[in-house]
Amino acid sequence: MSETTTSLEAGGGVGGLTVDRLAGLLRAAEAIVIPIGAVVVSAAIFSLFLLALGKSPVTFFDLLWRGGYGSAFSWQNTLVRTAPLIFTALCVAVPARLGLVIIGGEGALVLGGFAAAVVALPLLGHAPPWVVMPAMFLAAMLAGSVWIAIVGALRHHRGVNETIASLLMFYIAVAILNFFVEGALRSPVDPNKPSTTPIGPTNMVGEIPGLGVHWGLAFGVVLAILCHVLMTRTTFGFAARVAGGNVRAARAQGLPVGRLIVISCALAGASAGIAGYFEVAAILGKANASLAAGYGFTGILVSFLARHNPLAIPPVAVLFGGLAAAGGLIQRRMGLPDATVQVLQGLIFVVILISETLYGRFAIFDREAKR
Amino acid sequence: MTASAAATLAPIPALGVETIGMTKIFGPLVALEDVSIRVEPGTLHALLGENGAGKSTLVKCMMGFYQPTRGEMRVDGHEALVKNPRDAMRLKLGMVYQHFTLVPSLTAAENLIVSRPDCPAVIDWRAETRTLEAFMATMPFWVPLDVPVASLSAGEKQKLEILKQLYLDRRFVILDEPTSVLTPDEADEMLGLLKGMTTRGELTILMITHKFREVTAYADAVSILRRGRLVGGGRVGEISVAEMARAMIGDTEIRERSARAVHEARPTVLELAALYASDDAGLPALTSVDLKVKAGEIVGIAGVSGNGQSALIEVLSGQRDLDDGRIFVHGQPFEPVRDEMDRLKVFSLQEEPLRNSAVPRMSVAENMALRTFDKPPISSLGWWLSPHPMREAARELIARYRVKTPSTDTPIENLSGGNVQRAVLARELSGDVDVLIVANPCFGLDFASVAEIRTQIMEQRNRGAAVLLVSEDLDEILELADRVAVMSGGRITLMSPIGETDRASIGHAMAGGH
Repeated sequence: MSETTTSLEAGGGVGGLTVDRLAGLLRAAEAIVIPIGAVVVSAAIFSLFLLALGKSPVTFFDLLWRGGYGSAFSWQNTLVRTAPLIFTALCVAVPARLGLVIIGGEGALVLGGFAAAVVALPLLGHAPPWVVMPAMFLAAMLAGSVWIAIVGALRHHRGVNETIASLLMFYIAVAILNFFVEGALRSPVDPNKPSTTPIGPTNMVGEIPGLGVHWGLAFGVVLAILCHVLMTRTTFGFAARVAGGNVRAARAQGLPVGRLIVISCALAGASAGIAGYFEVAAILGKANASLAAGYGFTGILVSFLARHNPLAIPPVAVLFGGLAAAGGLIQRRMGLPDATVQVLQGLIFVVILISETLYGRFAIFDREAKR
Repeated sequence: MTASAAATLAPIPALGVETIGMTKIFGPLVALEDVSIRVEPGTLHALLGENGAGKSTLVKCMMGFYQPTRGEMRVDGHEALVKNPRDAMRLKLGMVYQHFTLVPSLTAAENLIVSRPDCPAVIDWRAETRTLEAFMATMPFWVPLDVPVASLSAGEKQKLEILKQLYLDRRFVILDEPTSVLTPDEADEMLGLLKGMTTRGELTILMITHKFREVTAYADAVSILRRGRLVGGGRVGEISVAEMARAMIGDTEIRERSARAVHEARPTVLELAALYASDDAGLPALTSVDLKVKAGEIVGIAGVSGNGQSALIEVLSGQRDLDDGRIFVHGQPFEPVRDEMDRLKVFSLQEEPLRNSAVPRMSVAENMALRTFDKPPISSLGWWLSPHPMREAARELIARYRVKTPSTDTPIENLSGGNVQRAVLARELSGDVDVLIVANPCFGLDFASVAEIRTQIMEQRNRGAAVLLVSEDLDEILELADRVAVMSGGRITLMSPIGETDRASIGHAMAGGH
């Protein structure tokens, strides 16, 4: 009806290109404005929540700023929490391109960390760090990828809902960890908290010079970029997007949908497994129940807020890392429970999910609207 | 035709409905512009128009699903405000949708009773059934009341939908393409009965259709929409089919049809040997289907929707697994996976491309590359993807197949239906095609696109491709096919060269399964 469309018959030329670019820019603007708007709206709702508790929202956001981003020390705190969030968010984002909602990244993280600690056990004292560290890294990746690949295989071969399966498998992962850590693999070194034998300072991952943050952050950023390249610039990513966008069309093109699902899940699990590796090798020095610190679940929020775009995940992870870092300060200064920050996180998540329905609703972003 | 005259003399239950200057604007889109239609009481009025002409917007405004931007409606000469479907119900206006709205697991009687707006919380089934039987006795047609609707034929379901409207005492009923799921015989029977009811003044019908045959045979009057405007109409008989077609299509240029080239005997390319498959519920959908298609031949498969045709297409295109049987291409066993599709040059063109053959959110260029993204020049080393050659290839195809799109990067879902199908056609037919699987390729498309797509299919045949064409549109099969097969109940019940059969015998074979 509307004759705003131009045919590209005459060679496509300059006109076609500017339309391309404009439409692309508008779509990108929409993908930025809507999530930011959602965060603002959830902050407003959260302010009402604070007012109802008789606390000042101004103080809260001031403390949030100071605790998360106000000083070099708080940045360090934030970034240490950012690193695992990048990995666990990628664990959600990669399968999301295939239309899968995997929420069990925490399980892959726990098992990844556990596998890393276990592989190190026979090597401690016998092998140099350059053998121990890669072995731990690979073991974590492998454990995580197998764990989530099982979810993908169940989904493809048995039609089991991947969301529920991955969530329930998190509990199994924790049970496996506890079974060994409190039993056969419990180290006598630490009498207070059941843990595996410490890997020792020589096998720990160091800090990025000048940042005071371990190398996991850099790894995470690189992995996010690699995932972006994988999804946009490789045939695998293309096929995954086809299968995620329309599985009937993918089948009609003879694409191996099942294999794509299992491979994506394996990649996702590997990413969460790496998060577990860094938690063990850069923070804890051993595997214990502290591995299940909730990074896997916050990673779900990060991925959704980033609209499953790998490049948007690191900045969003910084935001959530800051929230987590400021939690303690807020608790001490305002007399609010630590869980207050989780209320804010939950609000952001709900508003983000609601805001998904807003895409395409604003005419301003839709220059080429055509029916 | 005499009914309207009679209407002015004696009051009849049928309602006359009139729209005056109906206009509906969605943002920048004027979907309906100043449409005034007068449907006399006791007539069967046809509403003609292509897809997107505004037919469904008009009836949705009439039924209160949309609020018109401007314009009003009159029911029996009085201004009527229809703000929502409930108002329409109160005014005794009803609509039968193209897709059934019956509950399959309930019986016809249960469906009718629970559809009543005043249906009580506790139903006295005995009393209700008695009332229902009394009602049915006054109806010109009958359906079994005590079996689940799922076991009724499409024709019976359609009748039940209409009975439901009458049971709810609707006196002006809109039918949205009521014959699309019926065999030709069922369609004739049903329209004949409806015509009788309107002539007796029991009912007024506004029927959306795009079959001229139904208009000339059954309608009293016709209104034609194009691009949201009323562009013609009048009493049937006073307006010729050619005039109706011209009003419907406008001055769109229609491509010349390709002539059918005559080949001598050619080898068999596609062979289906004893195919068995099940539907989603695990019931048999295909039973022992055998078929051979030669090079340079179009085999048309006719049948009423839901008799196994979609399962056949899904099996051939890899969307459904075979229970048993084999597919051969050039005498080699064929499985619908990517390597074999490429090696044996098997392509497909399906109905509803946004559902079956395109990824709605991906760009036009990406959708056009679905066949080629993992081959040079788009990919190198077997895994690296270059967007530049992808866009270049898309530009070339867009120009060659006259796809109307703002850019190569537009999500394909933003294109009109005809252009989506043209983009898919460009992707599937631009290479060297040995086997072409086609399913209702023109479903829901405008005239110009239909002509274009049929021409392309014929050209592939003339070039030597073996074409299997599944279509619910018998005219399409009669126009294109060299041989026709009829599917009924998951089996092939008739196979005949096109010259040795006719519409009637195909129609009877289509009904064979019921």
